[in-house]
Amino acid sequence: MFLEAKKVVKQYAAHLALDHVDLEVPEGSIYGLLGPNGAGKTTLIRIINQITGPDSGEILINGQKLKPEDVHRIGYLPEERGLYKKMKVGEQAIYLARLKGLSRNDAIKKLKYWFEKFEIQAWWDKKVEELSKGMQQKIQFVVTILHDPKLLIFDEPFSGFDPINANLLKQEIIAQKEKGATILFSTHNMGSVEEICDHITLINKSKTILTGQVDDIKQEYKDNLIKLDFTGDSDTLDKFLGGDYLIQNIIQNHRMNTAMVQMPKEGSINQMVSKIIDHVEIQGMQELLPSMNEIFIKVVEQSNQPNPVNE
Amino acid sequence: MSKISLIIQREYLTRVRKKSFIVMSIIGPVLFGAMMVLPAWFSSMEDTTEKRIAIVDQTGEYAEQITDTEFLKFDWLQNSNQQEVASDYKEQGYYAYLFIEKDLLDHPDAVTIYSDAQITIDVKEHISRKLEQLLEQKKLASYNISGLDAIIKEVNNVKVKVKTIKLGEDGTEKESSQFITIMAALVFAMLVYFFVLLYGTQVMRGVLEEKTSRIVEVIVSSVKPFQLMMGKIVGIAMVALTQFAIWVVLTMMLYFGISAFVFDGGKVPTRMDSQIESVQALDDNSNSVEMTEFQKNFTDVTSKIKAINLVGILFAFVFYFIGGYLLYASLFAALGAALDSEADSQQFVMPVMMPLILSIYVAMAAFRNPAGDLAFWFSMIPFTSPIVMMARMPFEPPIWELILSMLILTGTFIFTTWFAGRIYRTGILMYGKKVSYGELWKWFRYSGK
Repeated sequence: MFLEAKKVVKQYAAHLALDHVDLEVPEGSIYGLLGPNGAGKTTLIRIINQITGPDSGEILINGQKLKPEDVHRIGYLPEERGLYKKMKVGEQAIYLARLKGLSRNDAIKKLKYWFEKFEIQAWWDKKVEELSKGMQQKIQFVVTILHDPKLLIFDEPFSGFDPINANLLKQEIIAQKEKGATILFSTHNMGSVEEICDHITLINKSKTILTGQVDDIKQEYKDNLIKLDFTGDSDTLDKFLGGDYLIQNIIQNHRMNTAMVQMPKEGSINQMVSKIIDHVEIQGMQELLPSMNEIFIKVVEQSNQPNPVNE
Repeated sequence: MSKISLIIQREYLTRVRKKSFIVMSIIGPVLFGAMMVLPAWFSSMEDTTEKRIAIVDQTGEYAEQITDTEFLKFDWLQNSNQQEVASDYKEQGYYAYLFIEKDLLDHPDAVTIYSDAQITIDVKEHISRKLEQLLEQKKLASYNISGLDAIIKEVNNVKVKVKTIKLGEDGTEKESSQFITIMAALVFAMLVYFFVLLYGTQVMRGVLEEKTSRIVEVIVSSVKPFQLMMGKIVGIAMVALTQFAIWVVLTMMLYFGISAFVFDGGKVPTRMDSQIESVQALDDNSNSVEMTEFQKNFTDVTSKIKAINLVGILFAFVFYFIGGYLLYASLFAALGAALDSEADSQQFVMPVMMPLILSIYVAMAAFRNPAGDLAFWFSMIPFTSPIVMMARMPFEPPIWELILSMLILTGTFIFTTWFAGRIYRTGILMYGKKVSYGELWKWFRYSGK
């Protein structure tokens, strides 16, 4: 494991922000850290960045306990991010890069490369306050990845980007992964989780409530729902599928019908096909996996139910 | 290069490059100079317009005794009454008219000056001086003692001139001047006050800027919050010292410029100058004597300034500025971290500023008794000592008091910096939270981990 959190606890006065939270981020993965507002994601991220310390538990990088010098190996784009408004873009980028341990010359060389790549050289001598919010975000992104960190932490990276720039950012994040960086990525945007995350951990009310690979989680939370396109009589379908299969609804179109069928737990698509293949004309079939959005809502709502046994 | 020096460098360079810094550096010494020169200059300008004043004297005894001066001309309107003059003195070109109703020996308040403008002090003083001289003579004459004039003259010539000499530890004598010492004390106390307040609040504004622009979390992912805070405090302190150094150099240049001008034979009006003038007006001295008197006075003042231990005071100034500044700047940094915008800073800034304002009042009282209890205790309390001790410095307080005060101040600013650091590191990452003193205390407690 590249990054591990072990039983991390953080207490803020009357509020327990993290309650024995574990995290295992494999090297070279894009790892989603999910959870509703106030769940404790930002606190965990700040602990990994050594901005605050945990009350108990520990953070390991490559099996080693986190050291002060490790900040040079981490690139962090916080949710609350900004730049000095009165400072010039280039000067400010050099300053931030040097704080991450780069020499002045290295910083300039790398900045030149990225500014050319993003075609933003013209901004170098402008004051930050002259740029739009989206432009500022681009500069923040460049500064975050400039020192080639092994671990990249993005907190709500897409907020404030227009769709074109959000896409550019997504490509860049994937490119960083391919270069060997490990990416920890906190967001509410479930669409982007499905697109780019390999693993996720879901935190609610200071506790981990779900963790694993995205594909596995989808399998685990599927409802055995089959979308079936067919031509033929819908009553026939009902008759041959039998009582174990629940037809939730049928939409009758001009050319064919679409049925939503819930299979029994042990059912499989092959079995279902064998039952109906002689009686209706199958046009298409697909198992409907739940979206991360649905899983998120379902799991969080479940964990919010008062559970008297555990309390 | 270490990170904290990177931060200091940024804080310093961004401020020193600002236009406002450059303007302040130049305007400061010019303002100091103007404060010395302008009032006297303005009053001398006023004197040069000729004023005519009519006199209505119902007793007929005083009018002729009020003599003209260079710029004041008096006319005795012998056969007119008050109503007439009141109605047309303006048309006749008079600035004012003087009305003497009764014998002033019996009725000292029976004299009035009327004018539609504010009567200047010069006019009033000239008239009352002349009338008093006359009344004095009349009173003396009424005793009817022969040879009295000679006696009076002799009595008036009896004079004692007390010089104040401060004995040094080694028995050396220095002539000291109460006035110059107080002025020096005032200037240094005000300078500490001014620098601590100005640059302390700059620290608060700087922290607030980082917080409201949301850059702070990016930076504390690279450096420790305490490093960021100290970098800012030290960087701004260096800005302040740079400004002070520029002021010292420019003021010295102004000083040498003015003194060269004075000894060139040119006449520079200063406050001293106008005082000398008014004293000499009584003695009816000639203009040329006045010139050399002024030069004499100028060298006299400079030698008295030199008699004060300037090197020691400058050293103490730098120490008390840095100590007082660190103390207050750390508190201001904690405040900046706790607040969300400058607008809601008022209720928290006032308690921090109160001791500073109080110390200015104590410093004023300390001039009267620089070794008294009040001055002593307030020059020990670290929140007031930078200003109160600076006010006492030209009076050369005992060395043990100075050292004790410095030690207490050092201990306190180490404590406040530590205390502020704890509030700071929690505060900078709190957004949109209404702060209260209870909240600050909570942050202080749990940020220890």
